[in-house]
Amino acid sequence: MRDTFVATTTALLDEDPRTALVLADISTAVFEPARHRHPDRVFNVGIREQLMAGVAGGLALTGLRPYLHSYAPFAIDRAYEQLKLDLGHQDVGAVVVSIGASYDASAEGYTHQSPGDVALLDTLEDWTVHVPGHPDEVPALLRAAAGNDDRVYLRLSTQENSRAFAPTPKLQVVRRGWAGAPVVLAIGPMLDPVLAAVADLDVTVAYTLTPRPLDTSGLRDLVNREVVVVEPYLSGTSSRLVAAALSDTPHRELHLGVGRTEVRRYGTPADHARAHGLDAAGLRASITAFLR
Amino acid sequence: MTLTATNADVLPALLRRLTGDEKHAPSAHSTLDVLWVLYDRILRISPETADAPDRDRFLLSKGHGPAAYYAVLAAKGFIPVEWLDDLGGWSSRLGHHPDRVLIGGVEAGTGSLGHGLGLAVGTALGLRAQGFLDSRTFVLLGDAELDEGSNHEAIAYAAAIRLPLTAIVIDNQSSTHGWPGGIAARFIGWDTSIVDGRDRDAIERALGDRDHDRPHLVIATVGRKDS
Repeated sequence: MRDTFVATTTALLDEDPRTALVLADISTAVFEPARHRHPDRVFNVGIREQLMAGVAGGLALTGLRPYLHSYAPFAIDRAYEQLKLDLGHQDVGAVVVSIGASYDASAEGYTHQSPGDVALLDTLEDWTVHVPGHPDEVPALLRAAAGNDDRVYLRLSTQENSRAFAPTPKLQVVRRGWAGAPVVLAIGPMLDPVLAAVADLDVTVAYTLTPRPLDTSGLRDLVNREVVVVEPYLSGTSSRLVAAALSDTPHRELHLGVGRTEVRRYGTPADHARAHGLDAAGLRASITAFLR
Repeated sequence: MTLTATNADVLPALLRRLTGDEKHAPSAHSTLDVLWVLYDRILRISPETADAPDRDRFLLSKGHGPAAYYAVLAAKGFIPVEWLDDLGGWSSRLGHHPDRVLIGGVEAGTGSLGHGLGLAVGTALGLRAQGFLDSRTFVLLGDAELDEGSNHEAIAYAAAIRLPLTAIVIDNQSSTHGWPGGIAARFIGWDTSIVDGRDRDAIERALGDRDHDRPHLVIATVGRKDS
């Protein structure tokens, strides 16, 4: 996904004089050709994430469309007040593109992990959040973001699904169960583990790569009684929106995602998925227990 | 009523209207003379050009105590004088910290300290990227505001890329632990002027100075906050 991000953003810098890129010492080598061609619009501020967001706010105030990029814990957690004030409070936008997600950097430890990024952005007004599940979904999201001044977050990950979907903000039904079947909503890279977990269960599986704004009308249309939300960041992050969407419908919800307890282990992302119950076996155990 | 004052004599009455305070002299407002010089003699902006893409930019990073800022904006016709009669009320557009969305001519909404300098660096870069090479960017901070670490990210980066912008630090010695060795020592790689923050001609000369290949710091010294 990082490669498609670099290629598409480099192309946008070539095509659209409004595009700017602000880096903070992450991914600078791969953007060097772009910086060489557009030194007035590609900046590396050094290891200064607060400044990265502040500079993006200033660029946007002059009418440019800034893209900024770092590891999720630095781009979001560390610079939270800059995102809140230097973008939102100024009523300007930017495109924040992160890597690392919840535990891609499993061997780096908790300092390089951001399970709470989407929850943090949920405290702020009008952020569009894309959580692509496949590299081929990334270019269209980046290009669409170039055409407006919204506040947009792309959460890139090394966790990927085997197939790409259309970059629509609507829920997409991947597998349909019987008419009253429970619905399992998989967000971004959680789709493949979900499909493996429910392979022999009679459930409807829906997918979205744009959890904010959540397609609540699509969710209302699908859900009959049981709904399971599986998200690749903090467990329950979407529970407020799901509960509001279904507030006038008797239903049961299960929210699965990354736990709040720090896993003080290294290993691989697969190890962390297992520790959080987000591998196929863990998901299957949680979902079958809920539906029993 | 909209003013277009060319004489600073209007400011005391505007400040009284804003604060209801008959007791304190205008000198109680540490930023007043710098702001007047900026809007009267330096900035290429007016209410008519407040949205022009190539206008000069002024960001009040130190959003605290914006009375002097509001008085100058009213004196120069950016906001109606009547707005000064209600500071911080439910129907007022003027809060205890300025909001750019509510006030025409205000470039940045500030209040939380340590945000203006980073925004100003981005603003200067954005103007340059669009070819507005004559457009200048100014940002005003307080000496206590420099306590916030985010400023130092911007100070170092602006020097490293030799970015022409002008930062003004109003020094009324209000930083709790002070700046031993002086404020200028924190701005390595910047050109520095130190002026009497009440001497309008000296302020004008310092703000008029302009390097095209490095940032400029103007330290405007005024009386101690508590004196």
